[in-house]
Amino acid sequence: MDAPGRPADPADLQAARRRLVVDGLGIVVSAAGFGFVFGLAARTAGHYSVIEAMAMSLIAFGGAAQFAVVGYVASGVAWPAIVVLTGLLNARHILYSAALAPWFRGRRFGERAAAAHLLTDESFALSIAHFRRVGRFDPFGYWYPALVTTLIPWNLATFAGVTIGDAILEPQRLGIDVIFPAAMIGLAVGLVTGRRELAAAISGAVVAVGVSLAVSPTVGIIAGGIVGPGIGLLVPPSGVPADLPPLEDMHP
Amino acid sequence: MSTDLVPLAFLMFLVTYPSRAVGLLSPGTERLPRRALDYLQLVGPAVLAALAAVSIMVATVGGRPVFTVGLPWLSVAASLALVAWRRNLFIGIAAAVAIAIVGRAAGLA
Repeated sequence: MDAPGRPADPADLQAARRRLVVDGLGIVVSAAGFGFVFGLAARTAGHYSVIEAMAMSLIAFGGAAQFAVVGYVASGVAWPAIVVLTGLLNARHILYSAALAPWFRGRRFGERAAAAHLLTDESFALSIAHFRRVGRFDPFGYWYPALVTTLIPWNLATFAGVTIGDAILEPQRLGIDVIFPAAMIGLAVGLVTGRRELAAAISGAVVAVGVSLAVSPTVGIIAGGIVGPGIGLLVPPSGVPADLPPLEDMHP
Repeated sequence: MSTDLVPLAFLMFLVTYPSRAVGLLSPGTERLPRRALDYLQLVGPAVLAALAAVSIMVATVGGRPVFTVGLPWLSVAASLALVAWRRNLFIGIAAAVAIAIVGRAAGLA
């Protein structure tokens, strides 16, 4: 690992990009599988048209929130309630956005505004791991995960699911339901570089499950994301150097 | 073809985009105290692990969240071990899916 804030040399940058591309293949599979099931659920459970399903995937681009809304729509939940629940479910992006902000320092406003719409669990995890490896912002490190591994396969798969999904009667038999948690835990592993991160991950998971059972999964995930890092900070840092760049040295 | 839900997609965007943009577009976010930056560094592992754990351990039955144990635990545990060992996400996901397919073909839940 490079010293904090020291940009990787060209060979290291190429190696880091190759790793990003390979890791991204797993996310392509995840986004495609998850998007396909969303399209299928939207059609069968929510009775969405193709236009409605694609509007959700392109405009809302909300992953788990889109799934939840299929259930809300099918249950006849009022739109204001759906909107509030969606905002709550996606509130974890506040944490992602704040965590990425130091790396985007100095980038154009338009670029940051566009990047915000494409900020997902997957693009966050892949890009921040890449930035840490190379020690600075790398445009490829954000736009490749955001567009190529997430947005495009998610939308193509949504289209496939909502148009031809009926042909697949039991997606669970194909293991599609385990793709998302497997991708999330794999991405988490990629971000664990020391004791603190490990403690944050474990405590985040434990708190999330506990609160999910007591309140709701939506609240549980947010609680895990807030409490987990706090517990992680209580753990002494391991020998691995902190890898956030110093504030004055984050750009090429 | 119905377009009734398109406005709902826009409303979802309107409540989601601020969460995604607040850090990236707010001036000064990058000048947070070191302790706050250390905290934010731990957000990724915590949220991603929370998402994975809730996905496989919590199911909603009759509108109520319940603890659940099943084949996805094995799939995700295998994925975790493989990614930690091989540092390759694709292999981890492929193994998780393979375990789920084989397990269900064998009649496991």
